[in-house]
Amino acid sequence: MPAAPECPIGLQFDQVEKRYGVVYALRNLTLSIAAGECVAIAGRNGSGKTKLLRVAAQLVRPGRGTLSYSGAEGNYRPKIGFVAHATMVYDELTAEENLLFFAKLQRVGNPSERVAALLIEVGLVDRKDSLVRTFSRGMRQRVAIARALLARPSLLLFDEPGTGLDAESSAWLTEQLRKLRDSGCTILMSLHGDSEMARLATRAIRLDAGSVIADTRRGAMFQSIFAVAGC
Amino acid sequence: MLRRILFGAVAIGLVACAAYAAFYVAPEERTMGAIQRIFYFHAATAWAGETTFFVCFVANLLYIWKRKPHYDWLGVTCAEVGAACITVVLITGPIWAKPVWGIWWTWDARLTSTFVLWILYICYLLLRTLVDEPERRALLSALFGVFAFIDVPIVFGAIRWWRTQHPAPVIMGGPGSGLDPLMKKVFFFNVLAMHVFAAFLIVQRYFLEKAKHDVALLQREAEVR
Amino acid sequence: MALLSNAAVLVGKEVRTEFRSRELLSTTIVFVLIVVVVFSFTFDPTTNESRRFGPGLLWMAFLFAASLMLQPCFLREQVNDTLSALRLAVRDPFAIFLAKIAANTLFLLLTELLMLPVFAALFNASFGAQLPGILLTFLLGSLGISVVGTALAAISAQARMRELLLPLLLLPLLTPILVVSTEVTIRLMQSEPYLEWKGIGLMAAFDAVFLTVLWLFGEYFLEE
Repeated sequence: MPAAPECPIGLQFDQVEKRYGVVYALRNLTLSIAAGECVAIAGRNGSGKTKLLRVAAQLVRPGRGTLSYSGAEGNYRPKIGFVAHATMVYDELTAEENLLFFAKLQRVGNPSERVAALLIEVGLVDRKDSLVRTFSRGMRQRVAIARALLARPSLLLFDEPGTGLDAESSAWLTEQLRKLRDSGCTILMSLHGDSEMARLATRAIRLDAGSVIADTRRGAMFQSIFAVAGC
Repeated sequence: MLRRILFGAVAIGLVACAAYAAFYVAPEERTMGAIQRIFYFHAATAWAGETTFFVCFVANLLYIWKRKPHYDWLGVTCAEVGAACITVVLITGPIWAKPVWGIWWTWDARLTSTFVLWILYICYLLLRTLVDEPERRALLSALFGVFAFIDVPIVFGAIRWWRTQHPAPVIMGGPGSGLDPLMKKVFFFNVLAMHVFAAFLIVQRYFLEKAKHDVALLQREAEVR
Repeated sequence: MALLSNAAVLVGKEVRTEFRSRELLSTTIVFVLIVVVVFSFTFDPTTNESRRFGPGLLWMAFLFAASLMLQPCFLREQVNDTLSALRLAVRDPFAIFLAKIAANTLFLLLTELLMLPVFAALFNASFGAQLPGILLTFLLGSLGISVVGTALAAISAQARMRELLLPLLLLPLLTPILVVSTEVTIRLMQSEPYLEWKGIGLMAAFDAVFLTVLWLFGEYFLEE
């Protein structure tokens, strides 16, 4: 499935801050992610995991600090694939229509072929003409992942992707993540607990109150990042 | 603190002097009599209101560009003071119009667009009450404020064109047009006084908004500790 | 150009979605009909008065209908957070606005054109030779309503009481459109009809000004 991404992309968060009123979602966040790294992000609810991912996707504008992409020149915005809790696809369109729509929007070459290939890859060929409204949670997640992969992104962001998935879908997702990691994509994924998915990561960080408090790159133990009550 | 009290004293003093000038210094108008004196207050307040809305517009633009909270405080402050000024205008206008022209209201270009202006800024203030999160509230109201300000001259133009198709009594001639020189002086003195008073209100309201923000910050810090 | 091709793809999706369900169009058309009928109880619609009041009432009905029809514009994108997907997919966020404006203008125009014969029948008016003028008026009016309405829909989708907020914010801003389009329509309906070019110019200016303002500030409406 995943051809090598067009150019490997790293990320730098430099003292990023995002406030909502007096509440800090992200506070003095400084983080450097190398191209091709697969980073698992752990933390309690409200620790800033989702906000970090949305800043990485440039969906959220930081109040202070900067986000920059490395391995790219100037004002380049890399191709980003985002899989969140919401599916980000239209319920009232079919799986194929959704994918074709996003493929054309992102000016993917040969959109019909690309969509057909992805539908096979995510195992939805026989349901491609069904409205997404009729899909189960697991199937919606597959459409979401196909949507994220349409333009062969250099940066993949997953926000608690395993939520609501049964064991089979979860295993399938873990396998897709493994393939993507091995193909050289930079991956950031926020996860709730230690799991098969978490173990795919080449690096793990822990957030608390919007800041990084532990990082395996700086000597923290992988298990300790996840093994905290309430994680 | 002392400076603000001084400023307040100056502002109120000026308004008092202006009122005195309007009642005792300015000559009596030939046709309308004593009721015409309300014009000094009415028109001066209208000008102050319009200036305030312009400052609001600039504050909105600056907020969208710079995202500093004090531009938002300035924006909401000016909108409130401006809305208050225009409320006064809309009340004093009919008070003047009824005894002189026999009607409370006419849908001429200036009155109608003043009314729409007032409604737009009331909407601006209403919008602010319906967005909870401060930065979102500041941005959305700034964007609406820009739209509202740009709309006002278009409203005026459209209604004036419409009025050329359906002529109606024009109640008030342009302020300063055809005014006796002494009346003009009194008028511009009133304009100055109302601007200073509006500025004083803006300063007070601005610091109130700032204080609200500081209190919220302190509360949050106390919670964290 | 990327902006236009993105917008074209987006418009295609909007139109396809709407024509699949037709829920927005059908409810809007029925609403306009109801408003016209109810308002016409306030005066005797069979005399010459209908020529004077009819157009105003028609445009008011369009405005009210639009303020309801524009609601789902951005609310629909909140359901599955598809707005984020759109923002990620397009280079220029103005493409999203352009597409929604085009789609909304189309839907409004369709409603208006469907209402025209009904209106003509109810008010014993005939438009015949004035059809091009009417179409131009409808087009410019609908465009103005859509430009401002789409921008405000983006605002109200992020606030509370959004169902009330959108009409509240929209109607005062659209005063020029209401005044001018009514006037132009009256001229087109009178016994010696003609197209009031000054009015057309004013409407075009309104549309151009607000489209430009939206182009300058559009991305901020969608910010998080």
